[in-house]
Amino acid sequence: MMFGIDIRQKAWSAGLIVLFFVAWELFCLMTGMSDLVLPRPSQVFVTLFQRFPVLWPHIVQTLATTMFGFVLGVALGVALGAIIGVSKTAYDTCYPLLIGFSSIPKVAVVPIFVLWFGSGTVPAVLTALSICFFPIVVNIATGLATTEPELEDVLKALGASKFDILWNVGLPRTMPFFFASLKVAISYAFVGAVLSETVASNRGIGNVMMTASSNFNVPLVFAGLFVLAGLGVALYVLFSLIEGRVTGWATRKNDVIAT
Amino acid sequence: MAGIQLACTFSVMRIQPNAQFDGQPVPEGSGPVAIELSEASVTFGRGDRAVPALSKTSLRIADGEFVALVGPSGCGKSTILRLVSGLMQPTSGVVIVGGREVAARALRVGMAFQNPTMLPWMTIERNIMLPLKIVEPFRSNFRRLRKTEFRDKANALLEQVGLKGFGSRYPWQLSGGMLQRANLCRALIHEPRMLLLDEPFGALDQFTREELWAILQNLWMTHKPTVLLVTHDLREAGFLASRICVMSARPGRILDDSRVAFARPRTVAMTFEPDFVALNQKLRAFIEDARSSAQQGTAS
Repeated sequence: MMFGIDIRQKAWSAGLIVLFFVAWELFCLMTGMSDLVLPRPSQVFVTLFQRFPVLWPHIVQTLATTMFGFVLGVALGVALGAIIGVSKTAYDTCYPLLIGFSSIPKVAVVPIFVLWFGSGTVPAVLTALSICFFPIVVNIATGLATTEPELEDVLKALGASKFDILWNVGLPRTMPFFFASLKVAISYAFVGAVLSETVASNRGIGNVMMTASSNFNVPLVFAGLFVLAGLGVALYVLFSLIEGRVTGWATRKNDVIAT
Repeated sequence: MAGIQLACTFSVMRIQPNAQFDGQPVPEGSGPVAIELSEASVTFGRGDRAVPALSKTSLRIADGEFVALVGPSGCGKSTILRLVSGLMQPTSGVVIVGGREVAARALRVGMAFQNPTMLPWMTIERNIMLPLKIVEPFRSNFRRLRKTEFRDKANALLEQVGLKGFGSRYPWQLSGGMLQRANLCRALIHEPRMLLLDEPFGALDQFTREELWAILQNLWMTHKPTVLLVTHDLREAGFLASRICVMSARPGRILDDSRVAFARPRTVAMTFEPDFVALNQKLRAFIEDARSSAQQGTAS
């Protein structure tokens, strides 16, 4: 039963996507819209296909900076989240500063990174890192901080050390929070990398789109957009699958917090 | 069965109230002392903000006894549990458990709270085995025996509480009453000499609760640990305990200490017998007194 409903739901979702493109195509054809303003999806796909060999190195560049920034962001986020989550005092002390950092629009820091490191790959990686590490910190810290006090008492009365509790209860409990945050963080890292490429780089999809737009090659701009959408969805799906595999127990009943 | 219930002797014996209770010999018919609190006081906070939670409480519990602590809410019942489990140190006075003063060293007691706190990513079986991962001598053998001896041990306990075959289920597949039974199993798996229960059945409906009374009684009669049960439910105390201590409102003191001599195994039907009801009413009167005097205290 559940399986049937699931399939039907997926069919509806796929249908909606197809409908969206068909409607777009028809809209352009019927209004005679210039492809300098809004190219038809068929044109975009053709451009994408034709220019793919040229686009490919840029795709690799964008993916590489995203992943690099993401990995650094995860490492930093886990370390910081663990420190903050284990101690209530650290949590209360660091939280306002973290909120301050996270509420800065990351576009605003790109010029600073460019100032320090020149344009190119480094600011893209750093932007990806700075934008993606926050949800990880919050989720790890929350996961660690929400261990039930009763269970902690039960284990302490048995003579469990802090490490025993962290290892057997704290860390496993954090896993669903962690993987939920990875899913969000990878999307953020991707946004950060493209953002920085758009502003200050001579490589990457963001740069391709900027260049194409200044040449009025509008179908290529849209082709870049499609590539970004495709990559973003692919990364999200990849991490959702990993999440489902590792922490399937959590999605059955408990709601997972993801910021 | 019914004949035995009716024929059982109903007698309620008063032990000395707290003031003279200190230093009294352990009530007859009991073994060596398992838990001894003498003049134990606990105060939370310091200076003007200090809140006394427990004042000069003395209590002796013999090995293998089943003692229920009842009293108005916030009277320090749970504080006594935390003292005995070693989770907390008395501000003054002494707490001796198993012949040693309670210090930082853990006593490896079994504990169960109202919230069953089963870990959702583990099966019930593995949840129950969690204490074996922590307590020696099981800890060193855990990897080797978790699939054989320890699992059998967990399943034997599950069978005893009527959860046979549920070991491989996950906590979200079980009802509240079933989880609470599993919670009791987890508290007992490492064969503790002492079981500390803090309102374990508080969140359950009346029928499930009565069912679990019988299960807990059965566990106690087979394993014979010393049990300290904190409860609000006077029927529960009467059904389960061999001794009931009534505590005053904050700061807690022990007002009354009664032996409950109904024969075992006790049944729910017995809780409606006149003697049982009389015991209940007596305990109720104590608690009501304690509550009203506490209210006068705060009013003045």
